[in-house]
Amino acid sequence: MGAESSPKIVIVDQSPIRAAILEEGLREAGYSGVVHISEMQSLLSRIYALDPDIILIDLENPSRDVLEQMFQVSRAVRRPIAMFVDQSDAASIQASVDAGVSAYIVDGLKKERIKPILDLCVSRFNAFAKLQDELDRAKSALEERKVIERAKGILMKLKGLTEDEAYVLLRSTAMREKKKISEIAQSILTASELLK
Amino acid sequence: MNTPLHIGFIPLVDAAALLIAVDKGYTEAEGLDVTLVREVSWSNVRDKLNIGLFDAAHLLAPVAIASSLGLGHVKVPIVAPFNLGLNGNAITVSPALHAAMMEELEGDRFDPMATARALARVVAARRKLGAEPLTFGMTFPFSTHNYQLRFWMAAGGVDPDHDIHLVVLPPPFMVDSLASGQIDAFCVGAPWNAIAVDRGVGHILHFVSDILVRAAEKVLAFRRAWSDKNPDVVAALIRALQRAAEFISNPQNRAEAARLLAKPERIGVKPDIILRAIEGRLQISPAGETRSSDRFLLLGGEGASRPEPVQAAWLYAQMVRWGQAPMTPGALDTAMAVFRPDLYDAALGQPGDSASAPHLIGAFAGPPFDPTDIVGHLAAFEIGRWKPLQSS
Repeated sequence: MGAESSPKIVIVDQSPIRAAILEEGLREAGYSGVVHISEMQSLLSRIYALDPDIILIDLENPSRDVLEQMFQVSRAVRRPIAMFVDQSDAASIQASVDAGVSAYIVDGLKKERIKPILDLCVSRFNAFAKLQDELDRAKSALEERKVIERAKGILMKLKGLTEDEAYVLLRSTAMREKKKISEIAQSILTASELLK
Repeated sequence: MNTPLHIGFIPLVDAAALLIAVDKGYTEAEGLDVTLVREVSWSNVRDKLNIGLFDAAHLLAPVAIASSLGLGHVKVPIVAPFNLGLNGNAITVSPALHAAMMEELEGDRFDPMATARALARVVAARRKLGAEPLTFGMTFPFSTHNYQLRFWMAAGGVDPDHDIHLVVLPPPFMVDSLASGQIDAFCVGAPWNAIAVDRGVGHILHFVSDILVRAAEKVLAFRRAWSDKNPDVVAALIRALQRAAEFISNPQNRAEAARLLAKPERIGVKPDIILRAIEGRLQISPAGETRSSDRFLLLGGEGASRPEPVQAAWLYAQMVRWGQAPMTPGALDTAMAVFRPDLYDAALGQPGDSASAPHLIGAFAGPPFDPTDIVGHLAAFEIGRWKPLQSS
């Protein structure tokens, strides 16, 4: 691979969606040689076989420690690989750790060539985190609604209330105890399980 | 004052003093508002401490030294004013390797010299048959596990860089990798050895306390610059951790400690497995044989919490022996200065006299360790990657 052609990039990520988002971003930006590894078994030998210029790995991945082995001098590696740590650019390291991604590069690769890749990586990781966050919130809102519906049903049955009355009772109890309605509803479900 | 602190940790039993200090309210009593952040890799802990996302961290002692020397990574001076644990690791081997070694064993199976020589014979026999070299797992290039495995097998004549494969594996993957035959053995901390035995896929061959009497394992680490700027906060945290270490050292409190540590957001394994590690009472074979040692893991007591620079010197000597660090007097001084008994003594208001503290490494092989003559010490070992040069 010539120094000026598109660098070969390996993405190590167990999340197929996030990897796809990143891969797509890299391709759109003109990087064609992108390979995704999702299987952590024999990670190092796969990386050596692919011989990448840049490795991107998510920070939730315990296998990051496996990559640290690549710095060991006693290992017979074709090309030395270093972590992307440029002390002159603390902000970009901070941004990548904040976003949850780390980059390892072949020694000697120019900083100007890495920076745009890392920036793209950071923005795609952040976009994914936002998406995930929205999804989680939607999921938990749905869960909360289900819990409240079931608690209302229990109150209606046990106390002979209408649906509206059951909800008012939940809400006023929540206000009095300074808790969320869903928390009160959950304790009703727990209590009714116990009293079965 | 209620100082907010972010502290990273890896879910291992030797994070106990830190976790207990928070969960028993000792940090709060010192005016600290600690947020514990559970991490998945040592690289993450190191990087987040280095760039200031963490104020302090539960860290492998050799990583604190490597960071301070700029080995394998960016150079960030670290101080370790509290030792979170001594010992606690074990070497676990697959049932097949265990059987092969026991067949070759001459002498006591708990004698590390006897087992290392048995391993050498197994390795030689495999080579003769043209079999693949054995693969040993450990947790990080700059880890006690790496050095302890190497020290042990090299004493029996096994060269860890040529005669076997030594690979890094994240602790949560160790047991599965042993079960699937990807690796033949590993060295890791509690609770993973016990879990391998529990699942019937491994035999605990050695407690690390068989290999070294006192081995610094994990430390509480700060960036030196941060520690210099916040001495009161550092002292308050040391006091809280000391109180927690004393709590855990009391046998009456161990069941409660194990329960607190077992919570899913802390270590997240069964309390019983944690309790056995704290008590040093481990099942060592799938058939149910148990072994006890009051030296298995020291989380407090016997001066275990006071960081001893001689321990840092020993770890640095291993880095030199295996070619990770050049031998220079300056680097040795830097390594030893990572361990800060002065900060520990000052925080607890005790005299800076360490005469009563044991300065012992107590390795099973080689001459007694002498930090003033590392070159001479290393020359006593046949196998190694270091070069006896460096005049600086």
